[in-house]
Amino acid sequence: MATEIENTVTQVQYEIDLGNLTAFDPHHTFSSYDSSSRAQLVKESLTKGTELVQFIADSLFSLPSTEDIDGPLVKLPLPTTKLPRQKHLPVPKPPTKWEAFAQKKGIQQRKKDKVVYDEQSGTWKRRFGYDRANDEEAIPIIEAKPTDDPTEDPFAKRRDDKKKRVEKNERNQLQNLKEAAKYGALPSHVQLAATALPITGTQAAPKKFTKDELGNVAGMAATATASGGKFDRKLAGEKAPQHKGKYRKFLPVVGQGTGIGSLEKEQTEKVLNKIMSKNSHDILNVSKAVTMHNVKREKKRKYDNKRSASASDSKLKTQKKSFKKGDSKKSDNKAKGKKVV
Amino acid sequence: MLEIKTAKTRRGKRELEKRAPKLVESGKKTLILHGTKTSGVLNAVLTQIYQLKKESAVKYSRKNENIKPFESGGETSLEFFSLKTDCSIFVYGSHSKKRPDNLVIGRTYDHHIYDLVEVGVENFKPMESFTYDKKIAPKEGSKPLIAFIGEGFENVEELKHLKEVLLDLFHGEVVENLNLAGVDRAYVCSAVSPNRVFFTHCALRLKKSGTIVPRMELVEIGPSMDLVIRRHRLPNEGLRKEAMKISREKPKKKEKNVKKDVLQGKIGNIYVPDQKIGEMALPNKSKGVKRERREAKRKNQGDEHAKRRKEDA
Repeated sequence: MATEIENTVTQVQYEIDLGNLTAFDPHHTFSSYDSSSRAQLVKESLTKGTELVQFIADSLFSLPSTEDIDGPLVKLPLPTTKLPRQKHLPVPKPPTKWEAFAQKKGIQQRKKDKVVYDEQSGTWKRRFGYDRANDEEAIPIIEAKPTDDPTEDPFAKRRDDKKKRVEKNERNQLQNLKEAAKYGALPSHVQLAATALPITGTQAAPKKFTKDELGNVAGMAATATASGGKFDRKLAGEKAPQHKGKYRKFLPVVGQGTGIGSLEKEQTEKVLNKIMSKNSHDILNVSKAVTMHNVKREKKRKYDNKRSASASDSKLKTQKKSFKKGDSKKSDNKAKGKKVV
Repeated sequence: MLEIKTAKTRRGKRELEKRAPKLVESGKKTLILHGTKTSGVLNAVLTQIYQLKKESAVKYSRKNENIKPFESGGETSLEFFSLKTDCSIFVYGSHSKKRPDNLVIGRTYDHHIYDLVEVGVENFKPMESFTYDKKIAPKEGSKPLIAFIGEGFENVEELKHLKEVLLDLFHGEVVENLNLAGVDRAYVCSAVSPNRVFFTHCALRLKKSGTIVPRMELVEIGPSMDLVIRRHRLPNEGLRKEAMKISREKPKKKEKNVKKDVLQGKIGNIYVPDQKIGEMALPNKSKGVKRERREAKRKNQGDEHAKRRKEDA
């Protein structure tokens, strides 16, 4: 009885946050800390910890649970200890200009079908994208009207108009995004980066030429004359045109004497010598090496024959020589390579 | 002059969307890093904290010269790392003569430093020094139970602060549903003196008790250490208020396959799985089988029935 009462008393004292699975005993006091009694303290806190964990488990296992394949699932209550957020709350996006306008006018979005009837081909086609239905840009023939301007290319105009529409849309999009950025409500995957480039649609600042560049241009213009600008009067500060590219020299087509000209002969010999010198190995006298190899092989064969004749019972012994035929030869070759000078 | 820059790939876009501020946040990632000098003890502490939090932590292994969290100007690169790794808790270790085995635990809000607690590590016992039955070793990423013991956590301001930070660091993912079979670890923090906290990590052994609630038994598996409070910095009141905001409305889930009609009311599409008629067993009488076999089969079945009857008798 006494223990039961104690239990209930202590249970009331614990603070519990089931959302975080945390229990806190604010009443327990430890005896003063010193390094000699540390083991005692550890033990004490572990027993106390067990009590607290049991207390959490008591309330955790008594929650209504649903059976799952992996075990009983319990729905946790919301945590009571407040912890700070890691990022600010998401800001609602301000309406775009069109959305504001539509709101004012009471325009509602309607769902459009993905596929539309194409009158020209008499089939159903996609509304947008490749091979779209009722595509004005794909019409190959534009009928001329009497009011048309004959100097104007209708196809170019069509392309131009399209380009302008796209640019206008881009400008509007940027405007809306800027407005959203003001509220800090840009979509997470979009950034507005400051650039030196102008917004599409505004005029680009004219580029300034340096003095050097201007000089070069003047020189280049001079080459238009038949003499390549050789006899032109030079302006003050004008430079000779820059030569870009290789200076190539060709051999004379007609050489001295018959056949290949001496110059060409010289050139080919030069190349040949270069190759030969790279690949010639005068360290190795091939013919000498071959004869030496042959002699040695002959000697060895004789020696082996003699041995096999004298010791006929050698067949009974295990062969120490390797069965590979090429092995001995290889070793021979190596020896030769060293010896031959 | 502004330019719209968007993610070039779908994957990049998804990654950015993951990092965007959310109405309900799921959990904080932890960045573990150290200053120019660390001791062997501190290296072990940092790696073991990383092991405890492996599923939601990033560990940096290089020296960081210009991180000094408490000094002005010393937090810029820390804030950059927090932005880069998308972590909002950091554990920073450093070792100096003045402050040996120094551990700074801090949190960030919007990738700016929110608060800081500095503790010294003493009496560190690594995981390897504990021997226990490996069967009860906790699973990676399981939700822990946390027990705070001692009146110090309520009365001493530093400890109160440390309690909140420790809770934030170790409480794991914020979940709605919990699998009771997965409860397998506990942290015990006890305020043994006004400036000292004993921290340890235990495995749970569930024993039968005769009721639904099993009897809990703590098995110390480490790491365990004493944390001695040094400096701390609380968030200023305005920032605190800002960071504690919670949205009233829950994020709506898009309702799929349900239409509403004026005449018919609510119409839902129901998914019926493939019935797999081709794999269905045919009845024995089917005419697809040759007559002899069919008859043999029927006869066999008759025999079986007879046998069963006999057994019953």
